[in-house]
Amino acid sequence: MTVLRSLFRQPSALFGLAVVLVVVVLALAAPLVAPFNPDEQMFDGLTLEGAPMPPGGQFLLGTDTLGRDLLSRMLYGARTSLIIGLVANGIAVAIGLFIGIVAGYLRGFMGNVLMRFTDLMMAFPALLLAIVLAALMKPSLWIVAMVIALVNWVQVARIVYTETRGLVERDFIMAERSLGAGHGRILLLHILPHLIPTAIVWGTLGIATTVLLEATLSFLGIGVQPPQPSWGNIIFESQSYFQAAPWLVFFPGMVILLTALAFNLVGDALRDILDPTQRGRG
Amino acid sequence: MVILLCKRLAQAFLILLGVAAITFVLLYALPADPARMIAGRSATAQTVASIRHELGLDQPLLVQFWTYLTGLLQGDLGRSYAQKTEVWTLIAARLPATLTLMAAGIFVEVVLGITFGTIAAVRRGSFVDRLVMTASFVGVSAPQFVAALLLLYVFAVTLGWFPMSGYGSFAHIVLPALTLGILGAGWYARMVRSAMIEVLNQDYVRTARAKGLSSRRIIFRHALPNAILPIIAMIGIDIGQFMGGVVVVEAVYGWPGIGQLAWQAIQQVDIPIIMGVTLTSALAIVAGNLLADLIAPVIDPRIRTS
Amino acid sequence: MFKRWLLGTAMATAALLTPLAASAEGKDIVVTYKDDITTLDPQIGYDWVNWSMIKSLFSRLMDYEPGTANLVPSLAESFDVAPDGLTYTFKLHKGVKFSNGREIVASDVKYSIERAVDPKTQGPGAGFFGAIDGFDDLAAGKDGGLKGIETPDDSTVVFKLTRPDATFLHVLAINFASVVPKEAVEAAGGDFGKKPVGSGTFLLKDWTIGQKLVFERNPDYFVKDMPKIDSFTVEVGQEPLVALLRLQKGEVDIAGDGIPPAKFLEIKNSPDGAQMIVDGEQLHTGYVTLNTKVKPFDDLKVRQAVNHAINKERIVRILNGRATPAKEILPPLMPGYDNDYAGYDYSVEKAKALLAEAGHPDGFETVLYATNTDPQPRIAQAIQQDLAAIGVKAEIRALAQGNVIAAGGTEGEAPMIWSGGMAWIADFPDPSNFYGPILGCGGAVQGGWNWSWYCNAELDERAVAADSMSDPAKGAERIAAWKSIFTDAMKDAPWIPVTNERRVVAKSLRMGGENNIYIDPTRVINYDAIFVK
Repeated sequence: MTVLRSLFRQPSALFGLAVVLVVVVLALAAPLVAPFNPDEQMFDGLTLEGAPMPPGGQFLLGTDTLGRDLLSRMLYGARTSLIIGLVANGIAVAIGLFIGIVAGYLRGFMGNVLMRFTDLMMAFPALLLAIVLAALMKPSLWIVAMVIALVNWVQVARIVYTETRGLVERDFIMAERSLGAGHGRILLLHILPHLIPTAIVWGTLGIATTVLLEATLSFLGIGVQPPQPSWGNIIFESQSYFQAAPWLVFFPGMVILLTALAFNLVGDALRDILDPTQRGRG
Repeated sequence: MVILLCKRLAQAFLILLGVAAITFVLLYALPADPARMIAGRSATAQTVASIRHELGLDQPLLVQFWTYLTGLLQGDLGRSYAQKTEVWTLIAARLPATLTLMAAGIFVEVVLGITFGTIAAVRRGSFVDRLVMTASFVGVSAPQFVAALLLLYVFAVTLGWFPMSGYGSFAHIVLPALTLGILGAGWYARMVRSAMIEVLNQDYVRTARAKGLSSRRIIFRHALPNAILPIIAMIGIDIGQFMGGVVVVEAVYGWPGIGQLAWQAIQQVDIPIIMGVTLTSALAIVAGNLLADLIAPVIDPRIRTS
Repeated sequence: MFKRWLLGTAMATAALLTPLAASAEGKDIVVTYKDDITTLDPQIGYDWVNWSMIKSLFSRLMDYEPGTANLVPSLAESFDVAPDGLTYTFKLHKGVKFSNGREIVASDVKYSIERAVDPKTQGPGAGFFGAIDGFDDLAAGKDGGLKGIETPDDSTVVFKLTRPDATFLHVLAINFASVVPKEAVEAAGGDFGKKPVGSGTFLLKDWTIGQKLVFERNPDYFVKDMPKIDSFTVEVGQEPLVALLRLQKGEVDIAGDGIPPAKFLEIKNSPDGAQMIVDGEQLHTGYVTLNTKVKPFDDLKVRQAVNHAINKERIVRILNGRATPAKEILPPLMPGYDNDYAGYDYSVEKAKALLAEAGHPDGFETVLYATNTDPQPRIAQAIQQDLAAIGVKAEIRALAQGNVIAAGGTEGEAPMIWSGGMAWIADFPDPSNFYGPILGCGGAVQGGWNWSWYCNAELDERAVAADSMSDPAKGAERIAAWKSIFTDAMKDAPWIPVTNERRVVAKSLRMGGENNIYIDPTRVINYDAIFVK
């Protein structure tokens, strides 16, 4: 409860929380609020020459290159992108944290094996994996999430590993060890809290990049399949139109940015509250 | 130290072998027949079978892999299916461009990242801090293609400061390196900022400050070194990103890097090229990470060389 | 800008002073492509980018008049066809030289065609030469060459065929029949595609891998006044959008990949648009294959129903009007195109009625494959929506080209494939080229290109009969036979013909020449014929 209360005391965190809530609610309520069917290619959604319609009038945010309502697509796309951004990225950070901490703390044979496995995964071309999976499996949202998590945890693991190695040698950890504290206790109470800033950086910056990565994957045939919208694939489908129809890139780009920013504000506030070196000094 | 180095080199070799094996199996599993792609639309089954035999694709997977490995150990990456040229010739022609762009891109990232990350950490909570942190989000959230085209449009088409496309002179590299640097600097800025804040809040720094140590000394002696470790790890990661995935930026600026070669090879199921590019980039990534791990203890002596 | 203007004036002055020298000025042009040039080996190269470059680097016995589909002798001075259509005799031009200086002799022609057929070459052109005696042995990898090609003396080549082939002269005009010098091929040791030696209008001067290729005019070319430019530089790895920006700035003369949809309307509606856009018909049909071996498309009524369901006008609009709705298999420019054939009109009612008759009043679920490059996924989505209107729920699988091709050639795998990006563009302007591999029984095999798996034995027999009419006097009769074959094939509705796309090329204002040499029916861009104004 104290956590929530301190959260509410910071205006920026409050703003972030509000944005997150609005996005989540809009995504859930998409069928109720969307003015059109997101997949319907309307005949009057294109000009006579076949160009998309600019924002305003019947189509609040304009239409895309197939004459579909952009606002409706963005509302439905929020569902896909939130799942990808939160679940896929969250899993990646969690795996990366776990492997990085364990490898950095244990070192020795096990740590070595874990890090060499990480190196192997990192040196492996993710694009190729995606293409093979796309050709072999029925594409779905969850497979994309899995592929993204599989690819992205590696980087987190390496950063966390390096930082953990630095932490382990610090005096206070040495002191804890010599006092006979258990591994679990040291890891949870003394090492993990120091890694939270890193986790938040990856967890929040990762949202934006992951949402865009999903678009690349769906382009390769493994992402959500057309006509299902996601913020990433709306941008991807129309990025070459950024001059002719800037709204097609600008609006989805802005919501990705805003959402990632909002999660970051919340994350920063949470860190300030949870950070051991900060506690009680707010 | 020497023993450690030998051990790590042996491990690196095993990793490369693992990458080669997995990639080979994946390509084998890919439902697309290279012989059919080569033989074209008018080929008879007979022709396809003959070509498959010529390529050795009618042999068991293990035999194929063994043949590839023995060639590899003699420095032979084979010949491209579509181009018939030696794969190494094709890669070697593009490697300098890729490495140049990688170095330039990482340089811009690190410079921007450290500068702005430090400013943000020192002025924590101020307007400047918020501005820098928001900008870092804009960078990482921007779609590469659009960002690259925007820079090209402003600085090459409208202002005419830089050439629009090509490779060879310093002027050519500015825009691609800036694009990659601006898009990636956000990561560095945030890592630097949080690592430095972590130190600035520590008791000994507070004590130092209370004792009247200049803030410049505190920043450069205590705070910045703490950020170096994650930065080095990030560079190791970036090498991977740059070796494999800058196809978009390469394409926009007509940069003759490895990414474009790989992309075309994937479309054509040109297995020898895919293998060659994968192994080359894996080599660079493994070397990068190895260096990162070896440098870390030198910079931060607290880390023992385990 | 000022510097450019100055340069322009200086050149104009120079031109006034020395009118004769002026013709040699400014005749070096720049062409861009996104993809790297894979190879310039004529027996291996088979994509639309290297196709026209190979055409200009090499010569063949036969060729076409620039901008048309009219066959003319090229390396051959004259030729003679025996009455039974089984023997072709060619007399070569004397004194034509490869760019290495050696004169071309009859055995070079024999060597080159054998090279195209030999599986060791690993080339895609073997199938075209199936009528030559000895083909089967060589294609199976046996030594001994093609016994059906004889060279009684250095300037005579005789072809013996096992069956009459009305397309044989076209076959001798395709790139795979280009004449190459054996010694240069062997000296290059597998790298002939990077070091081509030919006898065409241009020579390859320089190739910087991954960046650019420089072609220079062949001073010894055996036809006078060809080509009309001094050289052309091909820059590769150029994103089409950027290529157009450069073209508008005057850095590029021809944007080879055409105009991306995002830029098309802007350029078309700009003041210079009309002069910059070359928009012409090509021998292309975009279609959806309906797999006759997959339920429910094994039912003719279902195939007819979906044929009625597609709103082709709307797809043309999505393509910014750069196509026309297609009614039949052949493109309108192809001999044998049936102007009177009405096709399946767009009618949701008829489609629904046919579906109900077939026992699917509520539609069904299926899968539509497409490649993943713009605009193909968008067109697939338009088709998907039209199908949904008659109750057919099609899931789209947008994959890399190789994977779609593999799915199409696997029995029972892909119910529907939108052909965009892989569509059949004719190798030579003859209707037979639109039948065998893509609609005949021979293509309906594992790994084949007949993705409808349509096999009509009666049509196959008529196709063989039509191609046996090799007597030029029977030309009209043969075309009529082909016309009826394609019309009858459409009764079985193995395809939904969707669009005939036009090709759009962007050229700088200084480039001259008729549209049909930038969109040449047999060679895409005709580098021999284009010129600088």
